[in-house]
Amino acid sequence: MKVLLPTPLGEYTGHRREVQAQGATLAELLGDLDRRHPGIRFRMIDEQDAVRPHIKIFVNRVQARSLAIALADSDEVLVVAALSGG
Amino acid sequence: MTRLLVTVSTRKGLWILEADARRRAWKMDGPHFLGQTVHHAVVDPRDRRTLLAAVKAGHLGHTVFRSDDLGRTWEESSAPPAFERAPEGQPGESVAHVFWLAPAHATEPGRWYAGTSPQGLFVSDDAGRTWKAMAGFNAHPDRRKWIGDAQDAPPDGGTLHSINVDPNNPRHIYFGCSSGGVFESRDHGATWHPFNRGCAADFLPDPKAEYGHDPHCVRVHPVSGDVYQQNHCGIYRLDRARGRWERIGRHMPLEIGDIGFPMVLHPRDPETAWVFPMDGGTVWPRMPIQGKPAAYRTRDGGATWERQAKGLPPAQAWYTVKRQAMTADALDPVGLYFGTTGGEVWASFDEGDSWKCLTLHLPEIYAVEAALAG
Repeated sequence: MKVLLPTPLGEYTGHRREVQAQGATLAELLGDLDRRHPGIRFRMIDEQDAVRPHIKIFVNRVQARSLAIALADSDEVLVVAALSGG
Repeated sequence: MTRLLVTVSTRKGLWILEADARRRAWKMDGPHFLGQTVHHAVVDPRDRRTLLAAVKAGHLGHTVFRSDDLGRTWEESSAPPAFERAPEGQPGESVAHVFWLAPAHATEPGRWYAGTSPQGLFVSDDAGRTWKAMAGFNAHPDRRKWIGDAQDAPPDGGTLHSINVDPNNPRHIYFGCSSGGVFESRDHGATWHPFNRGCAADFLPDPKAEYGHDPHCVRVHPVSGDVYQQNHCGIYRLDRARGRWERIGRHMPLEIGDIGFPMVLHPRDPETAWVFPMDGGTVWPRMPIQGKPAAYRTRDGGATWERQAKGLPPAQAWYTVKRQAMTADALDPVGLYFGTTGGEVWASFDEGDSWKCLTLHLPEIYAVEAALAG
């Protein structure tokens, strides 16, 4: 399915903002994304499987509150990195 | 040809200053990791070509980058420092950033230690490619008691820093926790105990508290193994025979006091050390006293101190020198370097007798390290 990424993660994808990844849940999708682009998951998700501060993940424009939510192939996942500080 | 490198880690990137052994002409390489916070960047003194950098973007998680060619190319750690996953249903801890990087003993090539915020200790045995938590501290049943909670931490979060290995025993390791105090292990990190006897903690109700102190910077002499620290509450030297810290800062001029962040040791003479005093009065301005920056040097283990301000601004200089932002090279005479929160790097090539500015206009400087390469 389509995954849209913020520019701060561009180093992991050859600066492509739109990439593909697969998974029946958001957790599986992020795992597949990390296999395709090693290191990208840890900069969004911490070691306790929590979404990091300043990162938000939306599925079909609805904020995902859990990595366990189910996904369909037609879904669109959007990752937002909120800039903060000066 | 010997190359002298000075890594300058800042809030928004890494720069590397380079000179030859004469230290006359300097060139600057960078920025590396532009826009990302680099808390520490350290060249491995054992191979003089591996460079590790602790990196965190403002809106992404932390990581560690490594280079085998002194920063020409970088490789990201495939397993950055991370706490163990908590059992299901229990709260776990997450590393906010890597604060300190330290190569292990000279006889342990490829082994590194990392200290984090919140206070955690991690080890790599493959030159920074992968990291694992050191359970001897991170899972110690007294760790939470030792380091306190968020209310005990500095505004930017608690840190584990100043990781030092005894040059005469690779299994003997020290580090500092802010807050928490100085801790020591004699079994390669398997077990730890607080080591703060004699050290003041003015902010604690018990003047003889065993832990909970705030060691700003702990240094172990690379030859003798002597231990010094610049603490929140003064300058100390460890009296190993008596098993307690002695406040050598009592010999500093009264009008200057003995508050500050960094402490630097001479690479060969364990009786010589430098500090950079900061104003610790009233609300803790943490800037040079009266806006007049100066280093102070002792040549006799802290019995006497001399002011070293020649070449520094005579007045109206209002910056902080952070705990990891002052260092020495290993040349003769020793070169000293410090970075300021105003983005200036200053150097002395005569052991502090005079200073010159190497560069201006960098972002807020977090760490400065010197290394010989090539």
